[in-house]
Amino acid sequence: MESAILKVRNFNAFFGESHILKNINLDIDKNNVWAIMGPSGCGKTTFIRCINRMHELTPNATTSGSMQLNGEEVYEMNPVLLRRKVGMVFQRPNPFPTMSIYDNVIAGYILNGIKLSKQQKDEIVETSLKRAALWMEVRSTLHKKGTFLSGGQQQRLCIARALSMNPEMLLLDEATSALDPVSTSKIEELIHELKAEYTILMVTHNMQQAARVSDKTAFFYLGEIIEADNTKTIFTNPKHEKTQDYIRGHFG
Amino acid sequence: MRNNDLINAEDSRSDIERQIAHRNKKNKRFKGVVIGATIISTLPLLFILFYIFRQGISAINWHFLTNLPKPVGEAGGGVANALVGSILILLVSCIIAIPIGIVIGIYLSEESKSKLAYYCRLAVDVLQGIPSIVIGIIIYEWIVRPVGGFSAFSGSLALALMMLPSIVKSTEETLKLLPESLKEASLALGVPYYKTMMKIIVPTGLGGILTGVILSIARVIGETAPLLFTAFGSPFMTTDIFKPMSSLPLIIFNYATSPYEDWHQLAWGASMLLILMILILNIISKIVQRKWKVQF
Ligand SMILES: Nc1ncnc2c1ncn2[C@@H]1O[C@H](COP(=O)(O)OP(=O)(O)OP(=O)(O)O)[C@@H](O)[C@H]1O
Ligand SMILES: [Mg+2]
Repeated sequence: MESAILKVRNFNAFFGESHILKNINLDIDKNNVWAIMGPSGCGKTTFIRCINRMHELTPNATTSGSMQLNGEEVYEMNPVLLRRKVGMVFQRPNPFPTMSIYDNVIAGYILNGIKLSKQQKDEIVETSLKRAALWMEVRSTLHKKGTFLSGGQQQRLCIARALSMNPEMLLLDEATSALDPVSTSKIEELIHELKAEYTILMVTHNMQQAARVSDKTAFFYLGEIIEADNTKTIFTNPKHEKTQDYIRGHFG
Repeated sequence: MRNNDLINAEDSRSDIERQIAHRNKKNKRFKGVVIGATIISTLPLLFILFYIFRQGISAINWHFLTNLPKPVGEAGGGVANALVGSILILLVSCIIAIPIGIVIGIYLSEESKSKLAYYCRLAVDVLQGIPSIVIGIIIYEWIVRPVGGFSAFSGSLALALMMLPSIVKSTEETLKLLPESLKEASLALGVPYYKTMMKIIVPTGLGGILTGVILSIARVIGETAPLLFTAFGSPFMTTDIFKPMSSLPLIIFNYATSPYEDWHQLAWGASMLLILMILILNIISKIVQRKWKVQF
């Protein structure tokens, strides 16, 4: 039986006066992959940043409405604990410039002061990098700075960093937009694989990707969810005119 | 009259070439003026350095560095106590000023729009403008008089006050330049705010912060006025920071204003020592800046 791990009810988000997310309602089931789609500027990033409460870090940014993770009100939880359960990969890669590749992967443990044996560390680093399809490229340069990598490699490093913490839910903000087809398909494989343990929300502009890896798709337009359904339904039989236009590429 | 600097659409090829040659010549002349002005303004500085080194070099030797000052009339004598004093006084100033300065700098960069930050910034700017002799008098009134005696510690306090503004400023400026995404990366991993600041933000900005600290040391290392009212000076070797203590600028002041020729010589030696230390600090700051430069 499926159960909603995340329930969003009448949720709104603002930057100062401007109303960015309007009355969002969505149920995210456990072990599902959701694709968040929509034209640029429609609030996709804002939405997933609300889920791990990164939104409120922007001055003047506010929210209203309800969002529940496993029945617990997200906006009443301790944000630190929430963010350990909900991992995030940002739209732009942001490895820690003072840390090596190795330390970047286990940064969540280092920074939180979680003690690990050398063997545990090695293991976490290797599996996380393998999952993020970066291991082969960096296995011999693990002690170089993470920022010496290319943009796409940095992005995969950030994916590994998020995975190493074993979150319940993973938020990917266009995580593959800077990657070549080979690493992209590896990440897609990974998402397939992770479905067994995690719930994943991925923002993507790539419709083939959404069709390939996601179970469900939410279509955002001007801060509203126009349509949210099984990915198959959205792509083969979209109900809303805007969704049809977007999928056929009629958007400006 | 046509303007030689402008090329017109109807100009012939040779016209254009002539005009370009004219411009190139003008560029060269301008470059010459800039280089000339730079040399002229640097020369006096080089001359001052050269003069101090010529005067000081003969005074500096092992004896000078390892001996205490001698009474008038006795030959020789050194600046060992002043050297140790200078280093100790500065060390204590650093211990006081660095943590406070960095914390204020973090606050200003984090809460840059708050009311308190506004007044704090204003206070720091004013503090930077207060003449050192006034800071000396203030510490004299607040610490030396109530405690009932001069002490190296009060001197350190005065110097710490003088170091504070540049440490605050360099910390604030450095941290402000760090991208927001860095902090977000850490917070998104479930790292609490204070750990994010101490383990990610400050270490990433450490190069810039340290550069500010080193330059602030270089700035106060030669301060004399505030020490006259506080550390006061002493002919003995002492490491007790609650007693009067000598320092290089104090010894320069005392020796240079004395009527004795061999004391003048010692003052030159101490001056050179001081300038060498400032030079070394500046070189270290450059190295720190380059070596600890963080690449994003
Ligand atoms: N810090 C901010 N302050 C004010 N407005 C903002 C801020 N960040 C984003 N916005 C506005 O919020 C709206 C939604 O932005 P968001 O980043 O969520 O779009 P997006 O759907 O992720 O777009 P893209 O596909 O280009 O990444 C935009 O109109 C944008 O102008
Ligand atoms: Mg976005």
